[in-house]
Amino acid sequence: MNGGTDRFSWMLERLGEFGPDLWRATLETAYMVFASTVFALSGGFVLSVAMILVHPRGLRPKRVVYNALDWLVNLGRSFPFTILMISIQPFTRLVAGTTLGNDAAIVSLSIAAAPLAARLIEGCFLEVDRGVVEAARSFGAGDMQIIWRVLLPEALPAVVLNIAVIAITLLGYAAMAGTVGGGGLGDFAMKYGYYRFQTDLMLYAVVILIIMVQLTQTIGGFIYRRLR
Amino acid sequence: MIDVSGLSKCFGGNRVLDDVTMSVAPGEIYGIVGHSGAGKSTLLRCLNGLETYRKGSVRINGAEVRDLSPSGLIELRRTMGMIFQTFNLMSRKNVYRNVSFPLEIRKTPKAGIERRVMELLDMVGLADRRDERVRNLSGGQKQRVGIARALALRPDILLCDEATSALDPKTTGSILDLLEDINKRLNLTIVIVTHQMEVVKRLCHRMLLLDGGVAQAEGATEDLFLSLPANLRGFIDEEYTLVPGGINIRLMFPRDISRDAVVTAMARELDIDFSIVGGKLERYLDDVFGVLIINVRPEHLDMAVEYMRKKRLYWQMLDADGENVHDRDASADRILNRTRR
Repeated sequence: MNGGTDRFSWMLERLGEFGPDLWRATLETAYMVFASTVFALSGGFVLSVAMILVHPRGLRPKRVVYNALDWLVNLGRSFPFTILMISIQPFTRLVAGTTLGNDAAIVSLSIAAAPLAARLIEGCFLEVDRGVVEAARSFGAGDMQIIWRVLLPEALPAVVLNIAVIAITLLGYAAMAGTVGGGGLGDFAMKYGYYRFQTDLMLYAVVILIIMVQLTQTIGGFIYRRLR
Repeated sequence: MIDVSGLSKCFGGNRVLDDVTMSVAPGEIYGIVGHSGAGKSTLLRCLNGLETYRKGSVRINGAEVRDLSPSGLIELRRTMGMIFQTFNLMSRKNVYRNVSFPLEIRKTPKAGIERRVMELLDMVGLADRRDERVRNLSGGQKQRVGIARALALRPDILLCDEATSALDPKTTGSILDLLEDINKRLNLTIVIVTHQMEVVKRLCHRMLLLDGGVAQAEGATEDLFLSLPANLRGFIDEEYTLVPGGINIRLMFPRDISRDAVVTAMARELDIDFSIVGGKLERYLDDVFGVLIINVRPEHLDMAVEYMRKKRLYWQMLDADGENVHDRDASADRILNRTRR
């Protein structure tokens, strides 16, 4: 019993010692995930709009253009994240001025997740009842009006759920980015937990990641239910 | 108002419309009838340019739909409302927002939108449900929202694509009443695509029967139902079991003849016996027609035919399977015995 109390007070002591670091790492991760989710969504949204326009079942079917976009998106998604991160380093340096740190990580995170976002949002658009689109056409809506005023509003709940999926994927990527030059919880877990064999600190980082994933999914689900 | 001529369309190697010609006059309710896959909906979609066509011509108020510029097409669609079998409403929006949507797209001033939407909701009887989400509505109510939305831009023509096929008979009746009312009140031209014969009989002034993309018959609904060409028969489920032996004759009476009790008079005057296989009253537009199937002994046939000719009845001989006996060999006159006044 006494041993347990000792262990508990030791844990508190460690948390007191490393808490500020852990908190900063958490904020860094949240920052990276948030920023890269926003960028990936913006890029993915533009791509998905282009795809739904030229999709064989889309507003202005152009098979060749669609196949090209389709191929590009698949290509983007087939790179393992760490390899993508290393291979686009020149570009990262151009945009962020460095290949190290959170901002550099955001560049590669955004590029890694944009094709995923494009594919997921495209899927949401395709799920919208074609009849509703046809009805909008039947009273004279143009392509852009259909995208903004029919497809997007109708697909919005599903898009929100997929934003949660993208954010959670990026949380995983961000932890990976932490191991190769990025900051955040991944970096924290590697630095203290792996290299210095402080397994308890690695565990804290993992617990925080678990909480962040659960939280993201819960918020996504909540908004989805409100929107539906 | 609508003139289609020689319209043909293929999907891949599959010919869905083959040399279809039809015309609809202003204020008319026109029915396009056929089985699933007969090309009805494709034909309807050619009218407002939702489908393209290569061969033939589709003219709306004189303008060839194929030749319209994108903005011309949008302008054309403003003059043509459309309602659908599956209603195609925006599920996340309420009744009001669904009806206001075409007006918003047209950048109508806000005050004008409000006034117009309430006017439309009054007309379809949903003014008290304006804030209801459409998914909470019944099928009939959804179609009323669809009708209100289709009429929002004050079109001249309303296209109905199987608009009552997903509704139960009672609701179908109320939607048809509404369409009829709109047609009379607004002098709106209505084109109805349906596989339900009741809809055509009940509402359509004229009709086109489409089968395999080919126009099988076109004309005034009343004429077609009275003469009942063989290809139209396939659409009418006749529930009579015909008596084997003897000759079955289908008689049809317009209302004025129904009153004169022709059948009993025939039995009396000719002094022959025949059995009555079945009969019913049917409603065509605002009129009621009687249909009666009698079974006559072969030796009495000539007398009966003579009498029916004299009395100017609409009649057809049927064989035991309910098929028209003469279809295969004789000319149209002989088959149909159309002795209209």
